[in-house]
Amino acid sequence: MRSDEIAAHARRFFPDTFSARDEATVIVERERLLDALAWLRDEPELQMGFLSSLTSTDHPGSDPRFWVAYELRSMPLRHRIRVKVGLREDDPHVPSVTPLFPTANWFEREVFDLFGVVFDGHPDLTRILMPEDWEGHPLRRDEELGGVNTRYRGAFIPPVDTRGMA
Amino acid sequence: MPVERLDGVHLGTTPEEIEEEVERGVLLTSLDRAVGWARKQSMWPATFGLACCAIEMMSAGAGKYDLSRWGMELFRGSPRQADLMIVAGRVSQKMAPVLRRIYDQMPEPKWVISMGVCASAGGMFTNYAIVQGVDTIVPVDVYVPGCPPKPEMLMHGILTLHEKVRTSETFR
Amino acid sequence: MRGGHDMDAARDELRGAGVAAEADLRDDLTGEVRQETMIINMGPQHPSTHGVLRLLLELDGETVVRCKPIIGYLHTGIEKNTEYRTWMQGVTFVTRADYLSPFFNELGYCLAVERLLGIEAPERAQVIRVLVCELNRIASHLVYLATGGMELGAVSVMLYGFREREIVLDIFEAITGLRMNHAYIRIGGVIMDLPDDGPRMIRDMLEVLPGRIDEYETLLSKNPIWLERNVGVGHLTAAQCLALGVTGPPLRSAGVTADLRKDQPYSGYETYDFEVPVRTDADAYARYVIRLQEMRQSLRIVEQALERLDHVGGPVMVDDPKVAWPAKLSVGPDGIGNDEAYLAHIMEQSMEALIHHFKMVTQGVEVPPGEVYQGVESPRGELGYYVVSEGEHRPHRVKIRDPSFVNLQAIPTMVEGSLVADAIAAIASLDPVMGGVDR
Repeated sequence: MRSDEIAAHARRFFPDTFSARDEATVIVERERLLDALAWLRDEPELQMGFLSSLTSTDHPGSDPRFWVAYELRSMPLRHRIRVKVGLREDDPHVPSVTPLFPTANWFEREVFDLFGVVFDGHPDLTRILMPEDWEGHPLRRDEELGGVNTRYRGAFIPPVDTRGMA
Repeated sequence: MPVERLDGVHLGTTPEEIEEEVERGVLLTSLDRAVGWARKQSMWPATFGLACCAIEMMSAGAGKYDLSRWGMELFRGSPRQADLMIVAGRVSQKMAPVLRRIYDQMPEPKWVISMGVCASAGGMFTNYAIVQGVDTIVPVDVYVPGCPPKPEMLMHGILTLHEKVRTSETFR
Repeated sequence: MRGGHDMDAARDELRGAGVAAEADLRDDLTGEVRQETMIINMGPQHPSTHGVLRLLLELDGETVVRCKPIIGYLHTGIEKNTEYRTWMQGVTFVTRADYLSPFFNELGYCLAVERLLGIEAPERAQVIRVLVCELNRIASHLVYLATGGMELGAVSVMLYGFREREIVLDIFEAITGLRMNHAYIRIGGVIMDLPDDGPRMIRDMLEVLPGRIDEYETLLSKNPIWLERNVGVGHLTAAQCLALGVTGPPLRSAGVTADLRKDQPYSGYETYDFEVPVRTDADAYARYVIRLQEMRQSLRIVEQALERLDHVGGPVMVDDPKVAWPAKLSVGPDGIGNDEAYLAHIMEQSMEALIHHFKMVTQGVEVPPGEVYQGVESPRGELGYYVVSEGEHRPHRVKIRDPSFVNLQAIPTMVEGSLVADAIAAIASLDPVMGGVDR
């Protein structure tokens, strides 16, 4: 199915659905997330039974601040859809989708590690990429890039995130 | 009696003392040379390949750029049997204690080659996750730049280290 | 079991129960010696784990009772670094994620950004992209053979595999100036055309490589030791694969025909004539056979692409001055550098060209706001790029969906219940690359 057809089909149950750049995106509240994913998996016209990717983006200063994006793919029907959930800064909790998609296990641990989004119901929500005792969530936009200031031939080159773009 | 100097070594005053000192100097120089030659002839690297540079290190050990010309194709799995650690690749914060522990497990004499810019200075990854140069953790003998360095560049670094080992003064 | 502390906790427990443990080694009722399981740490520095992977194994004798892979020892912060660089500089970061398939990383990222920009690379660039990607697939599968064989003890396969890989790397060096981590595929096309002797080198390779792949078959496919160590090892059914998100040769070895080049083609793959090998045994041997056959199919695609290059001319970079890399480059003694004539033009002849060059190199392309997910079929599975733009000169978020990261989740399912040696063979058959796992 083309992305606008997929979006039209999903819009009957999830009004906040749109299609852009050949991709269909469904925006749901976190209370309906598991139902939405199960519906997309079981609907015979869509059959989105494979979770390709799960990630988060951070928009500090916006409300909602975190967007968690689930990329679903249908192996038999060869199409994709994206599901997005918006989370506010003071309440970054979202239900874990590991009961539906066991592959989400490490994805959710990575998002917790790098962004600080908490997945309720996850079997083992611990840091996966950073050391166990690391403080902070590195991929948040308000965390600095880090590294060391560079000196070269008497000039001081500031760290990358403090350099302006020309 | 004027004090004779040979290679900056104070020789003493009597002819017998001078002769003894010269003999000892010659003996120790020869011993240094012999030991230095032996150490560089079959330096066994410990496997510490981390990222892209590890693949170039494996290519250097394979058929086209043959490291066994210098007796080094045998990468030891256990650091206790190795005397060279080639840190090949980017060292993350989580890997740094492991690097130090492997270095400590190697018996003396040991040398470290820092292969690639990520190991030498953090490379292009000036960020929270990468140690900005392994010389903050272990003492490095030779730095090989490149991203990744071609196997010939690694061989040049190894030969530089061999020269350093061959001419090092251990006993004098 | 939690991260690094349980080794010490286990040791403390044993030490605290020291003397008492000796005494109640014998079961009270039957008098038989009780056997405890042993917790062993494999890695991160180990000659047989595929890179810096740490495995916590709970062993009952030689059998693995529980297995927990611990990753993160190569975390580089690539995704965060791309947020502080221009869009074009992102290619150099992203190419080092999965370092054995750099062209696929670049291709996925560039296709995603091109979709955000709403442009398409010219046809000759697309053919060159397919050509170098399939060459990369061959090189990557050769490393799988070489390291997989070495981990199982067949050291000569390592030497043969790297010998063949050198042929392919020579071609890469002639085309891009580098053996690895090329930054050749850029937004809008590829950075420069093939050199004059490029097609001849590729044709020479096409003469030699099929015979060498036949040699691998003769050496390994009926070898009783190879069969003994790979048949029946690392079994993953199709349902398990799909639930765990495993893609690539492990999924195709379980009978599922899923290949993004056929399912959701990109960069003109639908116009090439090739097959996707699929097996049903779902073990390590099936994955080995699939990868050998994929190498042969890649050679077919390379031949077709090479033939197409003879009559598809034209530019290799899109014509839009707001997108295209402004310089004209040539391969010099130390890699790709600026062409002499172009330098003369911008430094001496045209001020506008100099200003344009300066702006494009320092600021780069401005991408309209939006988000895109682009999947490509890398040698390890589905490599996806989720790129989010806020309308600036730098990305807002680049997420790399790496196939090895997801495939490694299948290790406990594959390994628990088998022997330690089978665990090594099973992980080798997944062909993970830790650079992609940890990014």
